[in-house]
Amino acid sequence: MEIGLTHYLIISAILFSLGLYGIITRKHAIMVLMGLELVLNATNINFIAFARYGGMNIEGHIAAIFVIILAAAEAAIALAIVLNIYQNFRHVNVDEVDNLKG
Amino acid sequence: MDLITIAFYFFGALTIVFGAVVVFTKNIMHAAFSLLFTFFGIAGLYVLLSADFLAITQIMIYIGGILVLIIFGVMLTTRITGVEVKSGKIGKVQLAVAGLLTVLIAATLIMIFTTSNWYTADSVPLNSTVNEIGTALLTNYLLAFEAASMLLLIAIVGAAFIARKKH
Repeated sequence: MEIGLTHYLIISAILFSLGLYGIITRKHAIMVLMGLELVLNATNINFIAFARYGGMNIEGHIAAIFVIILAAAEAAIALAIVLNIYQNFRHVNVDEVDNLKG
Repeated sequence: MDLITIAFYFFGALTIVFGAVVVFTKNIMHAAFSLLFTFFGIAGLYVLLSADFLAITQIMIYIGGILVLIIFGVMLTTRITGVEVKSGKIGKVQLAVAGLLTVLIAATLIMIFTTSNWYTADSVPLNSTVNEIGTALLTNYLLAFEAASMLLLIAIVGAAFIARKKH
């Protein structure tokens, strides 16, 4: 069977579910962040697969580029916040961080 | 099987298997390094989808930037000496519910993806995408491009401001 659009979509669906499972079950804030990266990458695979099989239009690539830009900004800010949480609480378990005042 | 098929299954397996390791491993450093192979697998898939610029961007930004940031974060927020570097535990019931939910969502997505009759265009000649992406970014998407540059600047300043030590 020739590799088609559906193959890529299935890979992205599995990757999305894995990332979602990581986001739901992990307590460590950085592990949650890693799950988020998996989800974002799954969406990117979708964008590029549709761009490729929909006649090689460039719009899907542009959308993927902006997703990557947002992921970079989000990772930087999230890690800064995680470092701050670690300075205040000496751990980064997201379900035990229930105090806004440092 | 031709070479494209073999390459697809190789990169797909790389992505899925190491993505599963990221999610299921207890050791957070193993998760961070498995993420590296997942990103490489995804970059390979981009190459197979003839998105050459995106593949390079994936390697440079995700592996060279985000992954290094994440590994820095892991090293700075876990007590490396003495205490094991582990992620917190979670109850059995919650794990079961989360697993069930995830499998349900995966099954729904795969069912939608396989049963839908997607529009696919005829095969087009494949060229380098760099030229087209550059033209699109500086014509149709110029405003979004400039907004993204402002966002990155604000993110850099904000991250440095949030993360610095309070005196």
